[in-house]
Amino acid sequence: MILYVISVGLSVTMGLMGFINLAHGVFAMAGGFLLSTAMSALGMPFPVALVAAALSVAALSVVLERLLYSRLYAAGELAQVLFSIGLIFVSVAVARLIYGNLAAPIFLPDYLRGQLHFMGRDFPTYRVFLIAFSALIIFSLWFGVERTRWGAMVRAAVDNRGMAQSVGINTRVLFMATFALGSGLAGLGGALGADILPVQWGYPFEHLVYFLIVVAVGGLGSLRGPFVAALLIGVADTACKYWIPEFGAFLVYAATIGILLWRPMGLFGVRA
Amino acid sequence: MSGYSANTRIRWTEWLPWVAAGAFFFVLPEYLSLGARILIFILFALSLDLILGYAGIVTLGHSAFFGLGAYTAGILSAKLGVHDPFIGLAAAAAMSAALGLVTGAVILRTRALTLLMLTLAITAILLEIANKATRLTGGADGLSGVQVSPILGLFRFDLYGKTAFLYCLVALFAGWWVVRRIIYSPYGAMLTGIRDNATRMHAIGAPVYWRLVLIYTVSATMAGVAGALLTQVNQFVGLNVLGLEPSGDILVMLILGGVGRLYGAFVGPVVYLIAQDYLAKQYPEYWYFGIGVLLIVVVLFARGGVLGIVDQLRNKWLSHSKPKSSAKASAR
Amino acid sequence: MALALQTEKLCKSFGALTVADNIDFRLEAGARHALIGPNGAGKTTFVNMLTGALAPTSGRILMSDQEITKTSQAARVKLGLGRTFQITTLFRSLPVLDNVALAIAERQGVAKRMWKAASRHQEIKDEGMDLLGVLGLADDAASAAQDLPYGKQRLLEIAVTLGLKPKVLLLDEPAAGVPSHDSGKVLQQLEKLSSDIAVLIIEHDMDLVFRFAQRITVLVQGQVLVEGTPHEIAGDKRVRDVYLGEATHG
Repeated sequence: MILYVISVGLSVTMGLMGFINLAHGVFAMAGGFLLSTAMSALGMPFPVALVAAALSVAALSVVLERLLYSRLYAAGELAQVLFSIGLIFVSVAVARLIYGNLAAPIFLPDYLRGQLHFMGRDFPTYRVFLIAFSALIIFSLWFGVERTRWGAMVRAAVDNRGMAQSVGINTRVLFMATFALGSGLAGLGGALGADILPVQWGYPFEHLVYFLIVVAVGGLGSLRGPFVAALLIGVADTACKYWIPEFGAFLVYAATIGILLWRPMGLFGVRA
Repeated sequence: MSGYSANTRIRWTEWLPWVAAGAFFFVLPEYLSLGARILIFILFALSLDLILGYAGIVTLGHSAFFGLGAYTAGILSAKLGVHDPFIGLAAAAAMSAALGLVTGAVILRTRALTLLMLTLAITAILLEIANKATRLTGGADGLSGVQVSPILGLFRFDLYGKTAFLYCLVALFAGWWVVRRIIYSPYGAMLTGIRDNATRMHAIGAPVYWRLVLIYTVSATMAGVAGALLTQVNQFVGLNVLGLEPSGDILVMLILGGVGRLYGAFVGPVVYLIAQDYLAKQYPEYWYFGIGVLLIVVVLFARGGVLGIVDQLRNKWLSHSKPKSSAKASAR
Repeated sequence: MALALQTEKLCKSFGALTVADNIDFRLEAGARHALIGPNGAGKTTFVNMLTGALAPTSGRILMSDQEITKTSQAARVKLGLGRTFQITTLFRSLPVLDNVALAIAERQGVAKRMWKAASRHQEIKDEGMDLLGVLGLADDAASAAQDLPYGKQRLLEIAVTLGLKPKVLLLDEPAAGVPSHDSGKVLQQLEKLSSDIAVLIIEHDMDLVFRFAQRITVLVQGQVLVEGTPHEIAGDKRVRDVYLGEATHG
């Protein structure tokens, strides 16, 4: 589910702006680090720190977008790939400089630790919280995109940027805002998931493949797609590692290849 | 630079790399292992340039072929006891060619992000396999015990790396010659046509898909040979020849040097590997930072890499000293 | 006499939207045929189906009595079908000579060779230069295609297609976007085309159409409204109502 929250932002960014942003994991990592710092160094309580982390990441992304990303919108696939790799390198180095080699420690508040009793089974409280929270995010996203005017504009711009501009939609601001949302979500996801996916300097590299798989399989520009894909991948990965440990992540990759060949646009892909 | 209007005579500047290599051999014998490494990566970069710079295929999975070649040569020697270096190269070439053909045929029907993803997935799968098949590949510890018999029965691999360096140099020369021929051939012109405007290519009756599969296979073969060379020279192969990292590295090297212009593949690895050898050991955190910044700067301002900058400087100089000379004459 | 190109009941629908409705079309060998119709009539879709870029929903396409409905784009080119695009589609960063040479090399089967240098293939270069000369582009041979003025780019596109030595030539708005003093040059070149080639042009420039075409087909909303000689078409009231009425404005 963490995968979903992080990746849905990527789906929107890539689908909306047509920008291949491999550095998305950077925002997730930043979220995780900021959460950790906020809580330990600044003593903020968990929920506040979470919000603060997400917002800071969003703000950071806006800065990056204005300064750097926006120059490359028309630059072509190779340039975007290279740029985002460069960005990963830079942030990885910065992370290592600031935080050293260890994973960022996360101290969950007491009310989120332990287990919940439900239907005779024990569930780790935090995981339940995560699932619930993700569901909330998914719902608000769906609501926001499907129902509101903003959502309609985003969808219009995804479909046809030129047309949207001539209808008077300020695509520059729209892109900036959407990028901020996507990255903020990544930051949120990274922060939320920091307990499960430890945040340390190699984070964007390690998980890049998974983020990309979720987005590519789910389909660019769609919201449901990455949800389904993240679900599938999470389940498949766990199942595979449990039942046939010799194969490890093999199944996930093979499945990705299979799905992409069958549906090159992803399961719910919106555009070419 | 290629195509029907090009001049194919070997310019004197094209001999410089070989002269430099020869000089390196005599002047800096302590650095021959670094030198061999550079040569290998130049070969790897050349193979990538064929498909990236000329055919326009963006891939993050080229390490799959490099790694497959490396492991083939390693397994052949360490597990199957076949130590002849040329057989190792041939086997690596055959395996990579096969993988290149099969994967190319499958993925070249897709484009852009899907293609990129598939290339990543393929190299990730190979990495997983290498990681898990410990009996065959040595897993995370890598495969040691690779021995290489004397080349042609005469030249042993000495401790100083002399034989290794010359071995790689000859291989690189052969690879360079093949690539140069292809680039200047009608096939090479056709590839730049595909890169420039694939729709037009289809409209003049070119079976684009098959042409791409062919060059992809050729490129994979070369990458495989480069990988095998690495194993033979180091007498070891580890997991770091597969996965995202070497693919990313070689992409960066090529971009630094300049894509789509043959000699970018020479300049890039030289700059990158020498810098890495010096800087990454001294200041490892700053290495990533520096490379990242450099990459961003190159993408934003100097798309053509080092050679692109050289070209621009040369044009400026030429147009200053000869006011009447047309920009067309000095441009490629 | 075999028809150069023919369609029988050609249909294309995108879901509920029908863009081509039972089109029966005949292109005689050596014809000078024009396809006209208001915007959105489905003319480019029709051409895309003829060239194989788009698959029809139903119906047949034949070339010299040979069915090509399922044949690939590349194979149709080999059979002698060439086309130009409404939006100039050239190898923009390549020299003008290379643009033509690539087409000639494809035709001669040289394009797939990897050994001898391209620039040593003198026959191809010579043929290319000849072709450029015919179209008045010989002086521009070394310039990049994108550096040419637009009118010359349109001519270059025709040259590239001629390099394929097509038997059937489909020209999608060859004069589109060309400044009016240059469109005369385009017409000149069209008139020079060999009588072996069957030519179908899609055009909005009525001047060009009436001077060039011997037969005209009028397409409206995916259906053939009427077909005949320029004289018949000019006199047909339906056509005037639907289309020519608009053209007199522009």
